[in-house]
Amino acid sequence: MFSDLLRWGGKRNPEPGRPADAPASPERGSDPVIASKAFPKFLSALSHQTGPTNVIDFGPVIGGNVAYLGERLGCKLFIEDLVAEMDRHRKADTMTALAGAIEARLRQEEGSVDGVLCWDFFDFLDKPTAQSLARHLARKIKPGGAIMGFFCTSPVERAGFTKYEIVDDQSLRHRNHPGTAGPKHALLNRDIIKMFDGLIVSDSFLLKSNTREILLRKR
Amino acid sequence: MWKRDDAVKPAVPAAPGAAPAQPAVHSPVAEAAATRPTAGNAQQGLEKNAVNIGKSVVIKGELNGSEDLTIEGQVEGKIELRQNVLTIGPNGRIKAQVFAKAVIILGEVVGNVTATEKVDIRDNGSVDGDIAAPRVAIAEGAHFRGAIDMQRAGGKPGDKPDAKADGKAGSGAPAPASATVPQPAGATTTGAR
Repeated sequence: MFSDLLRWGGKRNPEPGRPADAPASPERGSDPVIASKAFPKFLSALSHQTGPTNVIDFGPVIGGNVAYLGERLGCKLFIEDLVAEMDRHRKADTMTALAGAIEARLRQEEGSVDGVLCWDFFDFLDKPTAQSLARHLARKIKPGGAIMGFFCTSPVERAGFTKYEIVDDQSLRHRNHPGTAGPKHALLNRDIIKMFDGLIVSDSFLLKSNTREILLRKR
Repeated sequence: MWKRDDAVKPAVPAAPGAAPAQPAVHSPVAEAAATRPTAGNAQQGLEKNAVNIGKSVVIKGELNGSEDLTIEGQVEGKIELRQNVLTIGPNGRIKAQVFAKAVIILGEVVGNVTATEKVDIRDNGSVDGDIAAPRVAIAEGAHFRGAIDMQRAGGKPGDKPDAKADGKAGSGAPAPASATVPQPAGATTTGAR
């Protein structure tokens, strides 16, 4: 009887020999899963779009994200691994050509994109490159479309790339990604608003990690 | 009541010397009879249903068929296996437009891939081109550059993310067991507007 109670009444351990609140698998366990406030809003914005949904992902390809977004939004997903592009330019010491390379790479028609997952890519760009990319994106976005970006609040001298793996509608697993990232630049809120001219900041969240999650929409 | 554990214990192998309830046949002849034909059948089945294009084969042009195909060689042009599974082996090098029911990629593909069921890019597989399929799986370590079209003919999936956006509902996709979500970052709205 007591064993029945223990079995059904108590907190069940996912795996024997492991604390209940420990991560399930050791290789994934070191990567933190962080709740995102902007991501559910981003999904919500896209689900209201009419017609075929086109989404650009700036991060490296993650199978789980592809499957998730396909299942959730049934969208056309453009994987534009700009992190790899930046890594190449940084290694070749041609960062001045990065803005041009990105614009050449983002070949979607103007006003055809419903959503852009920028993640924290803008943090690694200097201000002129960030402005150029933001203007370019603002032209690509459809009315009602959304851009989600994570922005640091203070500069970081030397940072590594992070890839964001979607866990569910409200949380992302932050995983280290190899590459020469360089410093992170902190953009002021007014700079972000200015550079995405034609878009409005529909939601902005300051996380405990001092990251701003910002969702920009086109009216 | 206190002997419940005994009751739920799995059937313990009988003590040595005791006769088993269901006698298992372990004679070498019987074992051979049980396994050999099955393996043989499977082998025959594979030979019948799957065709292999070897490492040294180079095909330039159009490749059509109505059986499953594994390519370890090189193909340039167009591959059409509308009702079958195409496997690009680890040595396969494809520069072609691919149409199949399902495509499994372990080698390299340059060109657009269309599948009516699924595209599966395995570890070390590489695709430079666009994919159109209702289901796409990309393994960690795989390379992909292009667009993935998972749009369905019936329109968008019917779930309503609004409630989820407000944090009222569960996830749209099953969260891994390790999804221990630390406290939401105490999200506060900044006056960014």
